[in-house]
Amino acid sequence: MGKHTVVPFGPQHPVLPEPIHLDLELDDEKVVRAIPSIGYIHRGLEKLVEKREFKEYVFIAERICGICAFGHGWGYCKSVEGLMNIEIPLRAKYLRTIWHELSRIHSHLLWLGLMADGMGFESLFMHSWRLREKVLDIFEKTTGGRVIFSACKIGGVRRDIEDSELHGIAEILRGMRDEVREITDIFFKEPTSVSRLKDVGILSKEAAVATCAVGPMVRASGIPLDYRVADTSGVYRELNFTPVTTDTCDCYGRCWVRVQEIFASLDMICQAIEKIPAGDIAVPVKGNPNGEYFARLEQPRGEAFYYVKGNNTTHLTRFRVRTPTNMNLPAMVEALKGCDYADVPMIVLTIDPCISCTER
Amino acid sequence: MSFMKKSPWVIHYDGSSCNGCDIEVLACLTPLYDIERFGIVNTGNPKHADIFLVTGAVNAQNVPVVRQIYSQMPEPKVVVAVGACAASGGVFHDCYNIIGGVDKAIPVDVYVPGCAARPQAIIDGVVQGLAVLEAKRKLLAEGKLEELEQKDQLPPLPPQTHVKEDQA
Amino acid sequence: MSSQDLVTIKPENRPTDLLQEVENLKFQGYRFVQICCTRVPEGFELTYSFDKNYELKNLRFTLADGEGITSITSLYLPAFVCENEIHDLFGVPINHIAKGVDFGGKFFRLAEKTPWHDLPKGGAH
Repeated sequence: MGKHTVVPFGPQHPVLPEPIHLDLELDDEKVVRAIPSIGYIHRGLEKLVEKREFKEYVFIAERICGICAFGHGWGYCKSVEGLMNIEIPLRAKYLRTIWHELSRIHSHLLWLGLMADGMGFESLFMHSWRLREKVLDIFEKTTGGRVIFSACKIGGVRRDIEDSELHGIAEILRGMRDEVREITDIFFKEPTSVSRLKDVGILSKEAAVATCAVGPMVRASGIPLDYRVADTSGVYRELNFTPVTTDTCDCYGRCWVRVQEIFASLDMICQAIEKIPAGDIAVPVKGNPNGEYFARLEQPRGEAFYYVKGNNTTHLTRFRVRTPTNMNLPAMVEALKGCDYADVPMIVLTIDPCISCTER
Repeated sequence: MSFMKKSPWVIHYDGSSCNGCDIEVLACLTPLYDIERFGIVNTGNPKHADIFLVTGAVNAQNVPVVRQIYSQMPEPKVVVAVGACAASGGVFHDCYNIIGGVDKAIPVDVYVPGCAARPQAIIDGVVQGLAVLEAKRKLLAEGKLEELEQKDQLPPLPPQTHVKEDQA
Repeated sequence: MSSQDLVTIKPENRPTDLLQEVENLKFQGYRFVQICCTRVPEGFELTYSFDKNYELKNLRFTLADGEGITSITSLYLPAFVCENEIHDLFGVPINHIAKGVDFGGKFFRLAEKTPWHDLPKGGAH
C-alpha cells in the first residue's frame, strides 16, 4: 500500500503557459487520477454576439485564442458565409489556405518549443522559436500583424498577397525545411528526450475512440481523422494531402505526427503558391444572416466545430465554438492515469492544450 | 542591490488572456529579441521575481490567483500589465465575467498597449519598469517601509470576484 | 462543408428517446462532436452533434425552463465537458452525469450564476 497524496498542479506553474488546475491523486509516485479544474480564462465571449454586429464579430472570434487566431477567424467567416450562401472567390480560398497552413506551422513550432522547454531542453526551445520567427515575419509582411492579424472577413479576405511576394515566401519556406529537419532530428534521436517520450502517456486506439479525441492526439493512435480530407471551403482537394498517422499511441508518436505535419504544410503551401489563380479577393455581403449553419475546420490541435444562428437582424442570436482541446481534455485525463508524477508535464503538453480556446 | 536594476527576474502569468500577449512575452526570451542577454530571466517562482508581467483582462475566478502571486513577491516589486486587455479589458471589457483590467485586482506600474503587444513594446515596458523598481529599492534602502507598502497596497477586492472557500 | 441533417425529438418522447437515439448512433460507430444550447423564447434549444466519415448528424429538441434532461455520459463520457458547461451557464438541470465528472455547478466559478439563463435584452430575438 503506497502513500496517498493529492498534489495541486497549476494554475500558475513554470511549464504551463496558461492557467489550468489539476488535482493529482498520487499513490507514491504514480498518478491514480487527475481531476481537471478549469474556468480561469472563461470570458463568456460567445454572449458578445448580442452586442457586436455580425460583421464586427470576426474581431472577437479571432481573439478566442492568439495561437489559433486565423483558424477561428476563418471558422467564423465560413459559418456565416455558409448561412448566407456566399460563395467566396477562388483566390480568397487559396489565400485563406496558405495563411492557415502557415498558422499550423507556427503553432506546431511553438508547441515543439514549449514541449522541449517542459523537458528542460532549453536550447531546442530557443531554436524552434527562432525558426518560428521566420513564419511570423511572413505574417507581418503580408498582413501587418504577428499573432492576431485579422486577415479574414465575411466574403473573403482583407488583403491580397502579390504574386512576386508569394514566390519569395515559397523560397523562404523551402529554405526552412532543412533547418526544421535539423532540429527535429535531434529531438527524435537524442536519448534523453526519447526516453522521456517513448511509452509515456499511452492512449490506446480503443481509448482514443471512446474519449472522442481529435487532431494529432488521435492520429498518433492510428486513426486517420483529419477534417481537411472533407473540407471544401479551403483548397485541400487540389493539393496532395493525406492525414499523417502513426500507431505508437504515446507522446513520441504525437510529437512525430506534429513534426510530419509541419513538413506536409510546407509542401502544401508551396503547391498552393504555384496553383493560385488571379482574381478578386472578396465579394460584397448583402443582407442579414437568417437560419442556422454548422461548419467545421481542422485547426492545428484538431477539429473545431462552429455553429451560427441568425434571425435576419444585424446581430446573430447564437455563435457556438467547440474547440479541439475541449475534446482532448477527457483524453488527457485518461492518458494521465497510471503515469509517473514526473511525466505529468509531458502528458499535459502533449495534447497541445489551448485552454483559452476551450473556455472562450 | 543595484544588480536588481541590471538583471531583474520576471514572472509571467496569464490572467484570462487569449494567449496572444503571452506568446509575445515568451518571444521576448527567444533569440530574435533575446532579453536574456540583459540578464533578465523568466522564473516560475514568485518569491524569486522582481517584475510581474500580467496579461489578460482578469476574470472572476482569476482574481484571487493574481493577488496571491503578487502577495508572494518580495519587495521591491513592479507590475507590468501587457496588452490592451490587461490595461482596460480590451475587446472583452463588456463580458459578464471580466473585471476590466489588471489594475482592478493589483496595483500596476506600467501599461504596455497592443493587441497583441509587440515584443519591442514589452521590452520597452520592462525597461520603464526598471526605473520604478529602482525608485522603490531606494525607498526600501532608506527604511521608508510605510511609503512603500502604501504604494504596493492591494486595491479592494472587486465585487465580481469568485473566492474559493479556503481563500475567503 | 456542412450537414444539416437534423433529427428533431418530440417533447413527449424525452428522455427515453434521446438515450435510445444516442445509443443507436454509438452502435453505428458515430463519434460525439458537441452539445449546443441556445436560449429561445420557448425555453432552451439543445442540439447534439455526432459525426461519422465526416458527415454530421444532429439531434434537436427544446426544453421548457426548469425542465431537465438525462446525461449521455453513460454512453459518451467526454460529453461531461459540454454538459457541465450547459448546466453552469444556462441553468439547465442535467441528471445522472457520471460519477467523478459531475462538478455540481462548480465547473466554471463565475461572478454571477447562470449568466445565459435569461433571454437576451434589447430584442436580439
